[in-house]
Amino acid sequence: MSEEVKKIATRESYGNALAMYGEEYPDLVVLDADLANATKTNIFQKKFPERHIDCGIAEADMTGIAAGLATCGKIPFISSFAMFASGRNFEVVRNSIGYPHLNVKIGATHAGITVGEDGASHQALEDIALMRTIPGMTVVCPSDDVETKAAVKAALDLEGPFYMRTSRAASPVINDKPDYKFELGKGITLREGRDITIIATGVEVSYALEAAEKLAADGTDARVINIHTIKPIDEDIIIKAAKETKKIFTVEEAFVTGGLGSAVTEVLSEKNPAEVHRLGMQDVFGESGSWSELLKKYQLDGEGIYAQIKKFI
Amino acid sequence: MDKKELQKTANTVRKGIITAVHGAKAGHPGGSLSAADIFTYLYFAEMNVDPKNPKDPDRDRFVLSKGHTAPGLYSVLANKGYFPVEDLPTLRHLGSYLQGHPDMKHIPGVDMSSGSLGQGLSAACGMALAGKLDKKSYRVYCLCGDGELQEGQIWEAAMFAGAKNLDNLCVIVDNNNLQIDGPVSEVCSPYPIDKKFEAFNFHVINVADGNDMDQLKAAFDEAKTVKGKGVSFMENQVGWHGKAPNDEEYATAMADLDKIEEAL
Repeated sequence: MSEEVKKIATRESYGNALAMYGEEYPDLVVLDADLANATKTNIFQKKFPERHIDCGIAEADMTGIAAGLATCGKIPFISSFAMFASGRNFEVVRNSIGYPHLNVKIGATHAGITVGEDGASHQALEDIALMRTIPGMTVVCPSDDVETKAAVKAALDLEGPFYMRTSRAASPVINDKPDYKFELGKGITLREGRDITIIATGVEVSYALEAAEKLAADGTDARVINIHTIKPIDEDIIIKAAKETKKIFTVEEAFVTGGLGSAVTEVLSEKNPAEVHRLGMQDVFGESGSWSELLKKYQLDGEGIYAQIKKFI
Repeated sequence: MDKKELQKTANTVRKGIITAVHGAKAGHPGGSLSAADIFTYLYFAEMNVDPKNPKDPDRDRFVLSKGHTAPGLYSVLANKGYFPVEDLPTLRHLGSYLQGHPDMKHIPGVDMSSGSLGQGLSAACGMALAGKLDKKSYRVYCLCGDGELQEGQIWEAAMFAGAKNLDNLCVIVDNNNLQIDGPVSEVCSPYPIDKKFEAFNFHVINVADGNDMDQLKAAFDEAKTVKGKGVSFMENQVGWHGKAPNDEEYATAMADLDKIEEAL
């Protein structure tokens, strides 16, 4: 990947997207729990101060307030770190938003191990697993700036609960192509290949592409699929890949248990059994360190993915 | 509806509660019965609602934060005409729309699903906030249990309501002093309840007898007026019951009222 590639953290894209669509969607309101500067919703706040509500450090209350706003026709985006938005909040999201299927969007930033220095207490590795269990909840993990903005637009056009996890880490912009098309529930094949398929989500997508390039140099032809929507998942693209490349390798900076790795194996074990390796966080908490150091340590950078795939094949 | 009619209606609502819980062979009659007069007063005397137009965007809203007293809410809704009274005995039955706890997706007239204690007041705050954002004049009523006040989210919501001046929100605490493990005051006392809400900027009205229609009427009438209304630092402040502003306070008060005048 060339040095000139623009990098932007998807949380920043999230804040920009909200500000971008504020005009077009007058019912959009943004709620924060004292993290507007970190979740980047302050970009929206500056443009639409009257439609930004800071609830203070009270995530459960913020979630319930959003439910009430949604019953009155508003489209609330609630914003917090993924740890609090999905973890601390789980039962409120389930009962006040999920059960009545209210039109609340959860913008969860600082997801996964790439939170970095804050350490394990703030690194939500289980958010995908938790949110996937709520009936009717859409779960999205965009890979870059372009995709995050497209996901926010899709969320605004979707009637129902929506969870989006974004990252603190700067992601290379990989989707700024004229033929890029974002469709909820549809995976994107970023690279064709016959020997193995790497299925990645979020910030891991660009590292998967990096690993695929390294593999190509060794003569291994790896397909790369970007699964931005983990629920509902694109079964067709996964089954097709398993049929054509036999081996499947999943990558996420979250727990493989309940995460993308689980979602993919659920599809394959029932519909098209294949050999799968799941790379991601295993049964451990994270730790402090820069996000790039952590990705290296847990073999979630391009080099690490490459090394793991070499072992797998 | 006069007092006699309200009392008769409340009694009919109570019969509906007993019928529903008997039909369900389970449920929560105690807290439903204690709040039967409150339900009745709200739906038959206080709230601006129309069973023929249950989704009217301008209607008043009601959130049953103590959702386990669904039989009380269902009985009043049925008697108000939202759905047939004959359906009450299907409460909690497989296939019935009358779920064990309020379900806004399937029950006409239910403004918010509830049942997990502590969550309803937050939703009510959201509805009140939406009213403010849309400059609508509807009011939001939220019934909490006294035991429910042990949930921390209630106080997050109370803080929010006070901080954001949600004067279109009316919180009712059914102070029956009973929870599953015993008297509320013994299990883990939330008392004094009034002082706590006052501290969060609420205008608190203590109703000596929540089963007395006259007292309920007096309280709900008072709740609609705000002490010190219009002057920012006087609103809901007990201290301004009988005191004159100094020169500086006078200037601030007049500026507040000028702002309202401009807005009009």
